[in-house]
Amino acid sequence: MLWDALTLQLGYNATLVAIGATLLGISAGVTGTFLFLRKRALVSDAISHATLPGVCLAFMVLVALGGDGRNLIGLLVGSALSAWVGLLCMNWLTRHTRLAEDAAIGAVLSVFFGFGIVLLTVIQTMGVGRQAGLEGFLLGSTAGMLWADAMIIAIGGAATLALVMIIRRPMTLVAFDAEYAAARGHVVHRIDLAMMGLVMAVTVVGLKIVGLILIVALLIIPPVAARFWTERSERVVLLAGLVGGLSGYLGAALSASTPNLPTGPIIVLVSFALFAISLLLAPVRGVLAAVLRHLSFQRRVHIRQGLLALAQGQNIYEPLTLRLLRSAGLVRADGVATEAGRARAAKALRDEKRWEIVRADQAHEATAALYDGLRDIETVLTRDQITEIDRQIGDPRGVTP
Amino acid sequence: MLELAADQGVSIPEDSLDDSPLAIRGLTVSYGQKPAVFSVDMTVQPGAMTAIIGPNGAGKSTLLKAALGIVSPLSGQVTVFGKPLDKQRERIAYVPQRASVDWDFPARVIDVVLMGLSGQLGLLGRVRFRHISRAMDCLHRVGMRDFADRQIGQLSGGQQQRVFLARALAQDAELYLLDEPFAGVDAATEKAIIAVLKDLKTAGKTVVAVHHDLATITDYFDHVFLINTRKVAEGPVAEAFTAETLQSAYGGRLATAQIDQISRALG
Repeated sequence: MLWDALTLQLGYNATLVAIGATLLGISAGVTGTFLFLRKRALVSDAISHATLPGVCLAFMVLVALGGDGRNLIGLLVGSALSAWVGLLCMNWLTRHTRLAEDAAIGAVLSVFFGFGIVLLTVIQTMGVGRQAGLEGFLLGSTAGMLWADAMIIAIGGAATLALVMIIRRPMTLVAFDAEYAAARGHVVHRIDLAMMGLVMAVTVVGLKIVGLILIVALLIIPPVAARFWTERSERVVLLAGLVGGLSGYLGAALSASTPNLPTGPIIVLVSFALFAISLLLAPVRGVLAAVLRHLSFQRRVHIRQGLLALAQGQNIYEPLTLRLLRSAGLVRADGVATEAGRARAAKALRDEKRWEIVRADQAHEATAALYDGLRDIETVLTRDQITEIDRQIGDPRGVTP
Repeated sequence: MLELAADQGVSIPEDSLDDSPLAIRGLTVSYGQKPAVFSVDMTVQPGAMTAIIGPNGAGKSTLLKAALGIVSPLSGQVTVFGKPLDKQRERIAYVPQRASVDWDFPARVIDVVLMGLSGQLGLLGRVRFRHISRAMDCLHRVGMRDFADRQIGQLSGGQQQRVFLARALAQDAELYLLDEPFAGVDAATEKAIIAVLKDLKTAGKTVVAVHHDLATITDYFDHVFLINTRKVAEGPVAEAFTAETLQSAYGGRLATAQIDQISRALG
């Protein structure tokens, strides 16, 4: 069943949903990255909640005009308009009052959402125009997705991606240092507004699949997960697109393969799973890597300290140090240094002296920055450089590197 | 002289500002109701190194930011090489304070230097080999070539400052504005930075730096601009950097001993 879903063989609707969700995931991940880098991730939450009044008002207008209240384009246009109004309110509050952005987000989010819920209730009591399904915009509803709906999502997602690609450099510049960007002639608040406009576009496009409450997850989780894997912003963008797309695709497939699993929330859970994997397993920034790095660092510190103590004829009392030295065959069971231990100890002391020279010499700055008290000097300098340093220290006392 | 003219309400003839790398007239910038910079005129000498000095909160950084259009003034006019700022962006390079940036941002040293080329690259231009090699040259000039691939968060304060300077060099501007380039950096970095700035001057470029160390003014700079919300003095170091101007800029905030020391140094 899951295999059928993954290979898009589970029927017409499931295939449409899977393709739509993948495209949505990619554009949400890519767009969300800039919001994340700008440290304004929560703005997306206010934008998405501000779509609700627009959806409801658009429905009312459509019905009043005698049309089908559930025309997707009409509803999306309505949601975009009210999200834009919400966005402008938030922008105005932060730029022209003393309110901080978090307070502005809270105010806009709750007021717009509350107003939307009131309108939704009114519509339900009006009892006109097949209003059932309007609540689907809250958490997404993919059951009756049409070809036209999928096309809207595809076109909207692709257009957003293209725009992001065009203004990615100014957005990165502003995220890194808004004042520098301004000094280079960029109008920062306009770039911010463009960025949030793109986020709004993704939100509106995603209403049908994940709904307005959960779209924030697709904007934020992919870049956060991607950040664990790389130190370059372009790669964060690409990886976030990948994580988002994969979440959309796997989530849609999972929910299609099992009856009664909601698509939007499953997509969000899949993206969370990808986040959790990144958090734990990412090679440099991941939690596991950090723990292992700490343990190995601790081990090396103990051995190094032990060796330096041996070289200077001091006693070692620390049990962990002794255990590590013993298991490395550097001291005997009674704590006396072995032949190998004495050689390593002399070398360690020698290396300390060499590092001292390196760190005092401006010409070696890049190398000196690597000093951590542990590194073997021959891993960073050539044999000739070491010989030169040894000449400065003087008599090598029979120690070979 | 200019100040005197302004005080008497005499308008300064426009042509006297022409071509100055940076000319500021009647600039007032205010955060809320309290002016940070009040009615300041400044005319930067081409091909010279000018220090902006003054006590804490005197508006030094604000003056620089207003000159760059980062903060918008309440009143006043800024021209760069005789033309409005917006047409001259590529001719001005800015080196901000290190603390203005999140150093955990996902970028390598080379990526930051490439930001200096953003004007050349435009929106969609690809980063090509010549851009990379230009950025590497600039890193070399500040002694940071070996750091090109490091994540920016791994740098020391002095190294961060040199990367910012390299980014400004990459832009190949004619006017360099630096905000406290020597604040909190090690001696090696200070030496490296001043060497680069002097090279720029030799190449005919103009350098303006907010500076806080009065002891090094005479060694590093040709011109000073003293500010304490209002302009206090402006001119060649020998004329404008005196015990009297310092006293009037810093008031009681500068110990008499310091002033004595400086005036002795000045002879």
